[in-house]
Amino acid sequence: MTKRLFPVAVLLCIGMFAYAPFLIINAPYESTMGLVQKIFYFHVSTAITMFVSAFVCGIASAIFLFGRRPGADRVAVAAAELTVLFGLIVLASGPLWARKAWGVWWQWDARLTSTLVMWLVFQAYLLLRRFGGPGSEKLSAAVAVFGAALVPFVYWSVNMWRTVHPTTNVVPSLDPSMRGPFLWCLVAFLLLYVLMLSARTALENRRARLDALYLALED
Amino acid sequence: MTTFFTAAALVVRKDLLVETRSREVVYTSLLFAVSCMLVFAFGLVKEGRVVADAAAAILWITIAFAGTLALGRIFDRERQNETMRALLLAPVPRAAIYIGKFAGVVLLLLLVEAAVVPLVALMFDAPLFRHAPLLAGLMVAGSLGYAAVGTLFAAMLARSRSRGTLLPVLLYPMTVPVIIGGVRGTAALLQPDVDIAMARTWLVLLLCFDAVFLTLALWLFEPVMTE
Repeated sequence: MTKRLFPVAVLLCIGMFAYAPFLIINAPYESTMGLVQKIFYFHVSTAITMFVSAFVCGIASAIFLFGRRPGADRVAVAAAELTVLFGLIVLASGPLWARKAWGVWWQWDARLTSTLVMWLVFQAYLLLRRFGGPGSEKLSAAVAVFGAALVPFVYWSVNMWRTVHPTTNVVPSLDPSMRGPFLWCLVAFLLLYVLMLSARTALENRRARLDALYLALED
Repeated sequence: MTTFFTAAALVVRKDLLVETRSREVVYTSLLFAVSCMLVFAFGLVKEGRVVADAAAAILWITIAFAGTLALGRIFDRERQNETMRALLLAPVPRAAIYIGKFAGVVLLLLLVEAAVVPLVALMFDAPLFRHAPLLAGLMVAGSLGYAAVGTLFAAMLARSRSRGTLLPVLLYPMTVPVIIGGVRGTAALLQPDVDIAMARTWLVLLLCFDAVFLTLALWLFEPVMTE
């Protein structure tokens, strides 16, 4: 079932991304920022995907730690890698927009700083897994739980402190003519995320089975 | 419940006893803190005058760096003497061991702070003692948060391969909220026109971080330390 669904979903995803530029071009220009504002459609979509991914990693790690399910750990690795990947897109598209809107590439405000912090935490997760030696899955799972706990803090930080970054009520109050293209991009990125997560988890599952087979062969 | 706190108190007593006999961690952390301040002095003192807000930053970064050093050494000692396993085998709740270790780290951090705060006040001409109780509150709240995360990660990494390099990589991003709170709160007290309300807000925020970090660490210590 999932095997037959996967190619269909891939085609759908490619189609959505191919059509996204046309929607974005036809969306109205924002009154003050003009053309630069179009980064919004990808920047916010990838940011939401990054948050979702951080939560997936944290919850999967908690399930691995407390429920002792090795399968959950494999989902967590996949999610951590994708958090770093989508975080990279967010942290690359953000400064491009900031340069035009604020005049600087980077601003040390709460939202930007805390996003960078969260991204570093998940980088640390991957580093620990790679160089921590045997038994590092559990240690990195604890790191992921902490990382996911930082997410609500990152999300609300803009509302708690005065910052230059737009607040979280931009998306609900979006102009209806911009909402359509935005939701389209959001769904496209989330679909891409689900596809990449399932492919990466499947790879990790195969690797685990291969390891188990090697061990059985040696015995 | 009494066994929980007795066990935690025993762990603290053991750590303090080892430390008072060798004094290794206290001496090395203190000397490291002083050399850290020296390095900052070159970057942040311009034509004999300290850059604005630098004293608060120097104070907290020095403590964070010295804290990493102390955390690494405290758990290295357990690993070298193979006492970590003995501790974990003890028939007491794992959380009690964590609380004991955590209290030991906090005491050590406070000791280092007791030496570093007057030194920063003296060498960088910072009026740190103008609002001593509030500053003490900030220092204690900051140390609690830093030690809560630090103890968990240092204990975890004690068994790991490249712990020396991984501890700072894990610890600094995680404790950034604590460092921000501490630096901003202290800076509010050091301004020419002191902002007491701001310092109080940061103190409350620091206490919130402490509660979150300590709860998470207590919750995670048990499964993480089980082999």
